[in-house]
Amino acid sequence: MNNSDTSPMNKTGNKLPGLFSFLLSQLKPRGSMFTVFNMISIPVMLAGVVILYIRFTQGLGATTNLSQANPWGIWIGFDVVTGVAFAGGAYIVTFAVYIMKMDKFHPIVRATVLNGFLAYMFYAGALVFDLGRPWNVINPIIGNSFGYNSVLFLVAWHFMLYMLAELIEFSPAIMEWLGWKRARRIAKGLTLAAVIFGVSLSTLHQSGLGALFLMAKPKIHPLWYSEFLPVLFLVSSVFSGISMVILESSISHKVFKMQLGPDSHRKLDEIIIGLARGAALALFVYYFFKALIFVHDGQWALINDGWGLWYLLEIIGFVLVPMVLYAYGARHRAVGIIKIAAGMSLVGILLNRLNISVIAFNWNVADVYVPHWAEIVVTLTVVFAEIWLFRFIVHRMPVLREPGKIGSPNRERELRSLN
Amino acid sequence: MDRRDFLKLSGAVGATLMGAEAKAAQSDPDAPEFLGVLVDTTRCIGCRSCEVACGTENSMLVPDVANDGALDNLRTTDEKQWTVVNKFDTSKGDVFVKRQCMHCWQPACTAACLTNAMAKTELGPVTWDGDKCMGCRFCMLSCPFDVPKFEYDSWNPKIQKCSLCHQRTSVGGTPACVEACPTDAIMFGNKRDLMEIARTRIYNHPDDYVHKIYGEYEAGGTGWLYLSAVPFEEIGFRTDLGTTPYPEFTKDFLYSVPLVLLGAPALLAGLSQMSGSSDEDDESEVHGE
Repeated sequence: MNNSDTSPMNKTGNKLPGLFSFLLSQLKPRGSMFTVFNMISIPVMLAGVVILYIRFTQGLGATTNLSQANPWGIWIGFDVVTGVAFAGGAYIVTFAVYIMKMDKFHPIVRATVLNGFLAYMFYAGALVFDLGRPWNVINPIIGNSFGYNSVLFLVAWHFMLYMLAELIEFSPAIMEWLGWKRARRIAKGLTLAAVIFGVSLSTLHQSGLGALFLMAKPKIHPLWYSEFLPVLFLVSSVFSGISMVILESSISHKVFKMQLGPDSHRKLDEIIIGLARGAALALFVYYFFKALIFVHDGQWALINDGWGLWYLLEIIGFVLVPMVLYAYGARHRAVGIIKIAAGMSLVGILLNRLNISVIAFNWNVADVYVPHWAEIVVTLTVVFAEIWLFRFIVHRMPVLREPGKIGSPNRERELRSLN
Repeated sequence: MDRRDFLKLSGAVGATLMGAEAKAAQSDPDAPEFLGVLVDTTRCIGCRSCEVACGTENSMLVPDVANDGALDNLRTTDEKQWTVVNKFDTSKGDVFVKRQCMHCWQPACTAACLTNAMAKTELGPVTWDGDKCMGCRFCMLSCPFDVPKFEYDSWNPKIQKCSLCHQRTSVGGTPACVEACPTDAIMFGNKRDLMEIARTRIYNHPDDYVHKIYGEYEAGGTGWLYLSAVPFEEIGFRTDLGTTPYPEFTKDFLYSVPLVLLGAPALLAGLSQMSGSSDEDDESEVHGE
């Protein structure tokens, strides 16, 4: 566990070999390999790799149930459209901490940014599995054919730039891990600019994901289609991101509790109650928008069939109810209830995004898409891979704990970067 | 028709024409009228010569018209065939309808394409370029007519759709399907001329046609136009697509992008200054405290 001792980067000596052996030492696994999570995730990820091999050698049809009528399945509808909404927490928390200077949320900012970055890397990265001609993915980037008029062009660029912004926001932790003092100062100095850039980009690509479906007007059930889809996607990304932060930080605090100080639990409760207030408000705004659209478009006649009930389940069961629970939990400081509300809001987001992209998409067509099991395995592979990398980083870099803390595996390097 | 009715009618026609004129005047008046095809479904005999010609010309599936019994089922174009003829049992007997890419005036697929692989050529055909396409299938999602098709069973898949025989029409030729048609049910030309022909046929034979030209305004207007004896719903056309060009649906959002990209950072920087303490870099030196 004390890898820092094995690779001292002495001041006079050769820097690079020292760094190399340090990085090598960091690859050693921490803790037991035989955990429940590993036992489940390893076989799934191995299966996922095999499936992806088949997908890239035999085509999308071999491992997916996509069809001419249903060109987008869960690799887009869940991995990208839902995953990015779930990852909205990073722009909310960095906005709160760095723009509004709400210091209360400071303890969770690094973990949230890391999670956001990894979510974009893996979920948006999973888009490549879905591309029929992935070798041409470079085209809209290098500029030999810019489709400026495409919403997807905008979303793709914003994904890339936002990942860069999040990497900069997270880079101080990397510099502390490496023990690089000057680089850390520079990275710190870039944080505010990266946050401003990142929040601006987030508003646009969160809403942009909604705008992707604007031209699918004749294909999406009218209860889910609205010209205000971009606004709805943006507003819902707020409570979606907050809910994910609540759940993720609760889990992290259990799994990595050895990294945290004695009063971290009490502090986290305060943070969660604060987040719950924000989520309740965002849910209220979202519900209000939804109700306005419903009344304005005169959609009363549409709620009399199965689709209507399905719609009401989403809006009442997983928007209105979690809103009330959030408000109740925040008011009565009931953290348990807040976590239930967070889980329900995430289900609501999942329902909403899948309804628009998969379930109520082509509702009027006989060809119904149900994901192939291989699509689900690949999706789980992506999720597990992200958790693996997250765990790898949290075990090594100062993400949840403070840098230079006693007991941290790379304490020496971290201290060197601070002074 | 008495004089009063005639005046009313001519007034209405005039208003319609003026409306169309005004619309046209908004775009570039010198722009060449784009190419299209007029399909007169009352003339089609369902011989499927067009399917054969299309398959041969474009190295796609050449159907065995005599034996495959394809007219018994409703088909859509697919990754092997750019055009199909369907038979509909209607109030006026069997009607045959050829379907293929509509070659919209303002196509959703080209607005969706982030690499410009799907592009509307100056003459009118909407074409696909495999060197640019990354296979995201956003064109398929966006097309109101569900035209682009994807080769799901290939590691190197292409998007397949009618190109209006771009290789022929770009050098002044005629699409293969039009050339093959034995009954002049499909006619190639530019849209303005084709509209005139279509209107003339309706005017001369008012009882033989419904008084609507499908494609005149649908989804902003398409290159392919259809005449029919029965309402278009009866022969497999969607009539709820609206008259707005589909790229218009995303235009407001795209216009807002530069505004947000300029405005939001200014707002955020201002907010951070207002809320900030002067020693911000020291304060956040050690996160968590």
